[in-house]
Amino acid sequence: MGYLVSVMTFASIWAVLALSLNILTGYAGQVSLGHAAFFGIGAYTSALLAVKAGWSFWPAFVAAVLVTGICGALLGLPSLRVRHDFLVLATMGVNFVVVAVFKYVDFFGGALGIVGLQKPQIFGWTLRGWGFLALAVAYLLLTLWVSDYVRRTWAGLAFATVREDEDAAEAMGVSVPRFKIYAFAISAALAGGAGSLYAHFLGSIFPDHFAFVESIGIMSMVVFGGLGTLRGPVVGAFVLKILPEYLRVVGDYRYTLYGGVLVLMMLFQPQGILGDNSWLWKRLQALYARWRPGPQPRPTSRALSAANPGDDPAPASRSGRVNPGERTHESENS
Amino acid sequence: MSPKTADVILETHRLSRHFGGLRAVDQVSFQVRQGEILGLIGPNGAGKTTVFNLISGFLKPTAGTIHFQGRPIHGLRPNAIARLGIGRTFQIVKPFSDLTVRENVLAGLGHDLYPTLRALREHYLRPDAVRRADRILEVVGLSEYADVRAGTLPIGLLRRLEIARALALEPVLLLLDESAAGLTHHEVEALGALVRGLRDQGITILLVEHNMRFAMGLCDRIIVLNQGRILAEGPPEAIQRNPKVIEAYLGHSGRVAHR
Repeated sequence: MGYLVSVMTFASIWAVLALSLNILTGYAGQVSLGHAAFFGIGAYTSALLAVKAGWSFWPAFVAAVLVTGICGALLGLPSLRVRHDFLVLATMGVNFVVVAVFKYVDFFGGALGIVGLQKPQIFGWTLRGWGFLALAVAYLLLTLWVSDYVRRTWAGLAFATVREDEDAAEAMGVSVPRFKIYAFAISAALAGGAGSLYAHFLGSIFPDHFAFVESIGIMSMVVFGGLGTLRGPVVGAFVLKILPEYLRVVGDYRYTLYGGVLVLMMLFQPQGILGDNSWLWKRLQALYARWRPGPQPRPTSRALSAANPGDDPAPASRSGRVNPGERTHESENS
Repeated sequence: MSPKTADVILETHRLSRHFGGLRAVDQVSFQVRQGEILGLIGPNGAGKTTVFNLISGFLKPTAGTIHFQGRPIHGLRPNAIARLGIGRTFQIVKPFSDLTVRENVLAGLGHDLYPTLRALREHYLRPDAVRRADRILEVVGLSEYADVRAGTLPIGLLRRLEIARALALEPVLLLLDESAAGLTHHEVEALGALVRGLRDQGITILLVEHNMRFAMGLCDRIIVLNQGRILAEGPPEAIQRNPKVIEAYLGHSGRVAHR
């Protein structure tokens, strides 16, 4: 039972990571393969404050969210100058640099990492096992709420315009740099909180926990579930995090699984298994419509689309969002 | 109407844009007057779209100035120029394909909120915003497509969507980049009526046009560009008779022009 609780806690933390990357990549269209860097910055901020300054979990958690958000905004700055494929390379570079700093700067504990973190306490009661799982799930719910709220705001609409066409976004009065920075900051802040939870759950952290391969894993969860949706990243994270724990065969080849998922989804179902126009999601909606008496259900899909997503064919642009190459010429020929 | 006494709302002074050795726009000075429909015509490569991109901030001038309502706007970013009240369409349409037609227009209605922190708090699907978006869709005749994903519209409707989005900025000046291109005869006529209607509401219009008959019938005044320079300027009738214009368009045998 303890093992299951532990696995579910990790899955919840990774669901937050997937949802936070979804804000950057799914909403604002900025493909990042360096998301583990923000995860790491949050974890190290929280761990250093706890170990070196003696902070308890709660203020350290808040600090991790804020510091990572600011780092996100700063690390987003270089991305203003690059688009598409080059952005992917730049974010990868950021990931490697951040991990190298953790590893080679003594202040961050070097390769030995940071150990001896305490579990959070609330009213004198230490959160472990189910208690910590409840905390992780609560943060996941908060992240879901933030994701949903942001999507419905003018900023959420601005993110969508930046994703769809940067020139047209500017022509609508949207400052593309400003909203890219917003997306980086919000995305990073949420991932920073996940890092803090992770650090205090494990009790010790090491630079390699936040390596580039983890970024690939997070991206594959988002893409597997369905980029741009809320359900997709959550389901993607739970499936791809739990599967390797219980299937020995898969567990030994975890990163092969993540890479393979990315390739297969891009080829056969770029909108993800639960994307608005995916095979599975349409079947589920059809089942739901038959099971539910009365009028046609309101589309439960992305709030951005008021049309019934089951009715219209998948426009090519949906896949283009995660395929940086496809967009390049579109915007270059203007 | 008497354009001579009307106010100047946009003025370019010796506006130039060079691409390497190519002088795409070369010392172009002209004025746009309040309430007129001004046409910018010229053969392919004359620099028309470059002038549009300079005014709307998508390109920075190599030299020269642009003033809008008395203030310099060269050097401003496109989003700042849009918020000042210059709406533009794109010759190669750039819809937000994955959003609905209504959301495409809503995106423009948010223009004065984007620089504020209210953008992060306020929901965009507010009844008043939706009402305004729907009214604009009605003006351009896209009401029945409000909930359709923009990426699925045919080109004729996308050109109208471009105009609808620009109208959402509540523009003082509207830049139309070849809005008639690729439209059927019937659609071109509807477009002409729409543009006249907008002018009657007080919006000044600057349009780039390839469709000669459309431009001649619609514009109060026409500027002809050729190889980055202004070749002629005047009312459509004078432009049609201008030998330099006829030569630029048709080569030396001006006879064809009488058809």
